[in-house]
Amino acid sequence: MFSSSTFRAASRLSMRQANPFLIKSTSPGASALSVLQTRSAATNTSENVTQDQAYSILVAQRKLRPVSPHLSIYQPQLTWYGSAANRVTGAAISGGVYVFALAYLASPALGLHVESASIAAAFGALPVAAKVGIKGMLALPFTYHSWNGIRHLVWDTGNALDMRGVYASGYAVLGLTTLSTAYLAFL
Amino acid sequence: MSASLLSRTALRSATTASLFRPTARALASVATSQSAPPVAGKQAPNIKKFEIYRWNPDTPDKKPFMQTYELDLNQTGPMVLDALIRVKNEIDPTLTFRRSCREGICGSCAMNIQGSNTLACLCRIDTSSTAPVKIYPLPHTYVVKDLVPDMTQFYKQYKSIKPYLQRKNPPTSGRENLQSIAERKKLDGLYECILCACCSTSCPSYWWNSSDYLGPAVLLQSYRWLADSRDEFGPQRRMALENEMSLYRCHTIMNCSRTCPKGLNPGLAIARIKKEMALA
Repeated sequence: MFSSSTFRAASRLSMRQANPFLIKSTSPGASALSVLQTRSAATNTSENVTQDQAYSILVAQRKLRPVSPHLSIYQPQLTWYGSAANRVTGAAISGGVYVFALAYLASPALGLHVESASIAAAFGALPVAAKVGIKGMLALPFTYHSWNGIRHLVWDTGNALDMRGVYASGYAVLGLTTLSTAYLAFL
Repeated sequence: MSASLLSRTALRSATTASLFRPTARALASVATSQSAPPVAGKQAPNIKKFEIYRWNPDTPDKKPFMQTYELDLNQTGPMVLDALIRVKNEIDPTLTFRRSCREGICGSCAMNIQGSNTLACLCRIDTSSTAPVKIYPLPHTYVVKDLVPDMTQFYKQYKSIKPYLQRKNPPTSGRENLQSIAERKKLDGLYECILCACCSTSCPSYWWNSSDYLGPAVLLQSYRWLADSRDEFGPQRRMALENEMSLYRCHTIMNCSRTCPKGLNPGLAIARIKKEMALA
């Protein structure tokens, strides 16, 4: 017992003296480091401040504090990417409906032809690749949002809310979206 | 019987081995302090880069930047906190971060490591790749300095849910408030939260609405008191959440449960509050 603690003390002492683990920092170099240390040593002279002064220092500092990075540095994960996709697809399909409805409303005044017959005729004249592409572009957000909506309904009952359930249902939504988009695009 | 004997012997030999380890370490460091490098036990350095977010309130005009430090992993403990402490002790004493217990119970060293929020003391240094370990403060928080976020709003929100037992009358027995084993079981997975704020600051909803939305950590605690059979103020607690911001900014993104370093499930707790609000 005694011997082990002596050894530990000895090892601690020798570590402090030798500092064998020291490896230099890369940027911005040792010179910058020494400058920082001098500066902090200079500010170490403490002065007494009243509570009001301390509070005003805090308020002044709070105004300057940066917000730490978030979206740009957070790891891509199925959880929040899936949620963002849900919002984007929802906005896209509802936006599309609004645009079409307003265009339909304004079409007599603007001389546009957006009634079913003329759209069907225009669509029919397109090459097959364009037809599949357009149908796929409409089917993808619609099917993703629908399947994910069902996932949300299951969640609202309190089910599938552990990590296994979240990931299994997430991949299921992706798989079902792929299948149903392909089906609707080639219909 | 024989198995337990065997394991006990193994344990004993392990303890004797560890008793001897300080001796070897002391010898090694004595050897390195001399000019000649030691012959035995000297490994090739396993250098790992750590890119760490820096911002100093004393020089507020200088924008936040990433500073790279290099450490020999052979000389560093296994966890990211070990690396941070080594950087602060041996390379750059100006590096600022919070830490206390180093065993995942205080929640001080919560930060964003390699893109997801966790406790530095519970996060192993990734040795599978040579990529630098990137360390940021908790996302979308006001930075006090370097890796230290301002938690004022978080604690205020915690206070706002009245995180304590509320009763109209003292217990009839004149002693403690009794609870069945089944009732007590409902609190498992709720009371273990250490309020490190990893989950709240992983939540995009909380990023955009932290002034009004309570966030997963605080809502988990809210549910901890709603689920407690001894608490008699459930209706009032639910009433306090009956607005569009406090609770319903949760869109079941589930980053919270994905990132919780204690393996808890704030997302499920919030879903249960929503269900109680709808049905109770």
